[in-house]
Amino acid sequence: MKQFIQDLAETNRYQATHLLHILRGVQSRFHYIPEQAIEQIAELLKISRTQIIGVIEFYSFFHLKPRGQYELLISDSITDHMLGKQSLINYLSEKLTVAVGEVRQDGVVSLDNTSCTGMCDQGPAGLVNGYALTRLDRTRIDQITDLINQQKPLDQWPGELFQVEDNIIEPGLLLSQSINQGSALQSAFKRGLKETLIELDKSGLRGRGGAGFKTATKWKFCSEEQGNQRYVICNADEGEPGTFKDRVLLNSYAHRVFEGMTLCAAIIGAQQGFLYLRGEYLHLYDKLQSVLDERRQAGFLGNNILKEGLNFDIEICLGAGAYICGEESALIESLEGKMGIPRNRPPYPVTQGYLGKPTVVNNVETFIAAASIAVKGGDWFANVGTEKSKGTKILSICGDCSRPGIYEYPFGTSIQSVLNDCGARDVLGIQIGGPSGTFISNKEFDRKLAFEDLATGGSFIVFNNSRNILDIVNNFTHFFAHESCGFCTPCRVGTALLKKQLDKIVEGHGSAGDVVALEELCQLIKTQSHCGLGQTAANPVLTTLERYPELYQSQLKNISYEPGFDLDGALETARRLAKRNDAGAHLAQVEE
Amino acid sequence: MTNKIRVATTSLAGCFGCHMSFLDIDERMLQLVEVVEFGRSPINDIEHCTDCDIGLIEGGVCNSENVHVLREFRKNCKILVAVGACAINGGLPAMRNFIPLEECLNEAYINGIGVENAQIPSDPELPLLLDKVRPIHEVVKIDYFLPGCPPSADVFWKFLTDLIDGREPSLPYELVHYD
Amino acid sequence: MSKTITIDGNTIPFEDGQTIMEAATAAGVYIPHLCHHPEFTPHGSCKLCTVKVNGRICSACTFPAMEGQDVLNNTKELTDDRQLITQMLFVEGNHLCPGCEKTGNCQLQAVAYHLNMLDNHFPHFYPNREMDASHEDVLIDHNRCIFCTLCVRASQQKDGKDVFAISGRGINKHLIFNSQSGLLKDTDLDATDQAAQICPTGAILIKRTGYQVPIGERIYDHKQIDQVSLETEHHQHDK
Repeated sequence: MKQFIQDLAETNRYQATHLLHILRGVQSRFHYIPEQAIEQIAELLKISRTQIIGVIEFYSFFHLKPRGQYELLISDSITDHMLGKQSLINYLSEKLTVAVGEVRQDGVVSLDNTSCTGMCDQGPAGLVNGYALTRLDRTRIDQITDLINQQKPLDQWPGELFQVEDNIIEPGLLLSQSINQGSALQSAFKRGLKETLIELDKSGLRGRGGAGFKTATKWKFCSEEQGNQRYVICNADEGEPGTFKDRVLLNSYAHRVFEGMTLCAAIIGAQQGFLYLRGEYLHLYDKLQSVLDERRQAGFLGNNILKEGLNFDIEICLGAGAYICGEESALIESLEGKMGIPRNRPPYPVTQGYLGKPTVVNNVETFIAAASIAVKGGDWFANVGTEKSKGTKILSICGDCSRPGIYEYPFGTSIQSVLNDCGARDVLGIQIGGPSGTFISNKEFDRKLAFEDLATGGSFIVFNNSRNILDIVNNFTHFFAHESCGFCTPCRVGTALLKKQLDKIVEGHGSAGDVVALEELCQLIKTQSHCGLGQTAANPVLTTLERYPELYQSQLKNISYEPGFDLDGALETARRLAKRNDAGAHLAQVEE
Repeated sequence: MTNKIRVATTSLAGCFGCHMSFLDIDERMLQLVEVVEFGRSPINDIEHCTDCDIGLIEGGVCNSENVHVLREFRKNCKILVAVGACAINGGLPAMRNFIPLEECLNEAYINGIGVENAQIPSDPELPLLLDKVRPIHEVVKIDYFLPGCPPSADVFWKFLTDLIDGREPSLPYELVHYD
Repeated sequence: MSKTITIDGNTIPFEDGQTIMEAATAAGVYIPHLCHHPEFTPHGSCKLCTVKVNGRICSACTFPAMEGQDVLNNTKELTDDRQLITQMLFVEGNHLCPGCEKTGNCQLQAVAYHLNMLDNHFPHFYPNREMDASHEDVLIDHNRCIFCTLCVRASQQKDGKDVFAISGRGINKHLIFNSQSGLLKDTDLDATDQAAQICPTGAILIKRTGYQVPIGERIYDHKQIDQVSLETEHHQHDK
């Protein structure tokens, strides 16, 4: 182990910023991070062991205790549930003889749930030692069980288990019109970098991650900062349940993503870029590295790019299972080798980002759009869309529809026409923008995709009338409680309380005041939380409570109060030890 | 029947310290009984709570009997008040919440020092213990809270006189303490 | 002419680089807080110091004071939220004041008193948390930790050590110690370190010093935390 870690540290140039890389290496080799490894890494990287332990305990994919040689994780996204995830994981647990959350006695396999793995159009999905598994069914589970019991190395597993489809159904402005490799840079240098920034401004492009800050303005602010070190970061930590468009863009449009990043570097004056790739997309890593190599060889990356004096390169950093790292300042912390805790703002990343230097963080789709705009001009983009939302939006459509996949629409497109295209019938409602977005009912399908109406980072989940809204809300609420970083009180404690309170209502133990209490808690979490995660964690409850108040009320019993815990269950231990089961040994949940 | 305000009191998983503190209103008790009469209370040994205006509950909920008594109070009292730290957050009895109940009972009745005729009591007359001690607001709806371990006599006095005189009860800074 | 902001309608001066909290404290205006301490880098995590700046919610301890800010601090809306946040801290851990040496001198308790908090409102978590009594002079009771990181910051920024850290995620956050055994006794912490003294709750206690001050003479027995805070922190901000 000693030599392994020594080599790993050396490959990572003993940089503390590379702590996640190193821990990924150790976890992948030993299936946990042993105590000796922590000591050794602390010494080699000259950081405290507490920083390392903090990071290990923060990210879902790192463990202080051994996991199985096959670490099996099943995606817990609502879309996976709709495809029968629960019965599959039960079957898997039975077949592999390991309980969910546990390691099998022989240490060969461990099984657990994980947050949405971004395979919603081809679920139920999972991960084995970090690699994506798609379209799981009983046949595949039998197959996987055999492979694990025979202890077959992953590279000998049949490729179809790992087959990930793009499913681009409706390409639009960006996806149907290709650009030549290097052409965005060539156009930019030819036109002039300042003029290209003006084109970008003219295009009206706003960030595609969801917040919608004007891209040209962000780049301009960053370029105007003092100092000569700046950074470009591509946020590919696509963790919002129901979103998978960045996975497809990185699989089939990686050149354009990197071209957009290089363009940004030219304009703001950056020498280093990072692609922060969510850990769940490990299967893309090697392919993306080879795209980077190609680009270096073609002179689009490295020193003196296109002989224009631009020096810029891109490094790929993998996440390790933390939704919060999609928040840009948490992402930067993570890139620096730390826990993904969102920073206090101001200062914003454009003034003090990675290592305290001015940094542009943009979404994958934003860089693609920027590269295309550099070639085709601002008007080409601005002519499409609405007054306040220019261009197109790429959607990941999944859930109850016959053609899930990637769709690109001009902003201003109505929800109804999207539904027609994807083959959605008998629709109850749609979750737009993922759990942190909005649930709209089937009376609102004339609403439009746009920052000024329904903003979305790309997640679009369709629910038909067979679905139960409270189950959906419950899944989302548990998700946020699981993903809260725990930095601030309202989100750390609030999301955990919200989970309890919603469980109480959903399980039918709610009484008169419980919906009022639920709403009070939601408002507190929304207004008082430190970052976007907390500020949106109550959205599933709030947006459905607004539309279906009667649904919540009907869950309540017609009494003034019911305990939030199982009263009779609380006597179970005492009953067993006293060997009693008489009437006096039981309690009714509500007074009769 | 009188027009007096009826007050009932009880101690669940408490130490009667709050009751002792209540009695510390001393001679003001004479003023109080001018306008108040007591229903069920350890003060008078009345065993059941019937229609009352105010119920004062000391102690948290640690066993099945506590649940029954608390429910009887809730049913019969217009205003139910959590009195003292144990009623509000479980208090010191809640320190057993961090030891599994099985371990507690085994230590007390089976493995403890000096235990003879080791057995866990199973008489149906005895209430069974809940796995955790709970504050009373987690079992029934509570209208007011009087913190303190115990709340001082002045807290009882201020609260009751506020209620009796038709004011919304409030406690000034000097009367709010958790110890 | 110095720059000014208003807090609840009162004009107060500030200097460039000051946070709203610093400007307020210097002007004798108390904004409730637990994770903030004038001697250390602001953290912004407890959210008790939330104020409304020109209609927007901000943490006063981290947000810079800027010309033209109308700050709301002492409003019913904010006080209600602060009480709920304090109640969250009480139910998250195990805060059994009658059995805690820190009672009467505890900032968490004092803030709750100041906010006239009479109950814990939410259901209790009763988490199962350990104690670490291994150190000769210092006791850790994890039941009372509120993750303010004051000990973490004091150790790094004042004591020149690195004894404490907060680990874990979400509701599973916990305080850890920098020693191979994970025990406090194997760290280089001394009872005289500021990190050992700074805990706003009873999570870090100096052994053999409990209950030395009689009831009635403890810090918050007669003085509210706003007064104590302004008296002790005012000059520290000026340093």
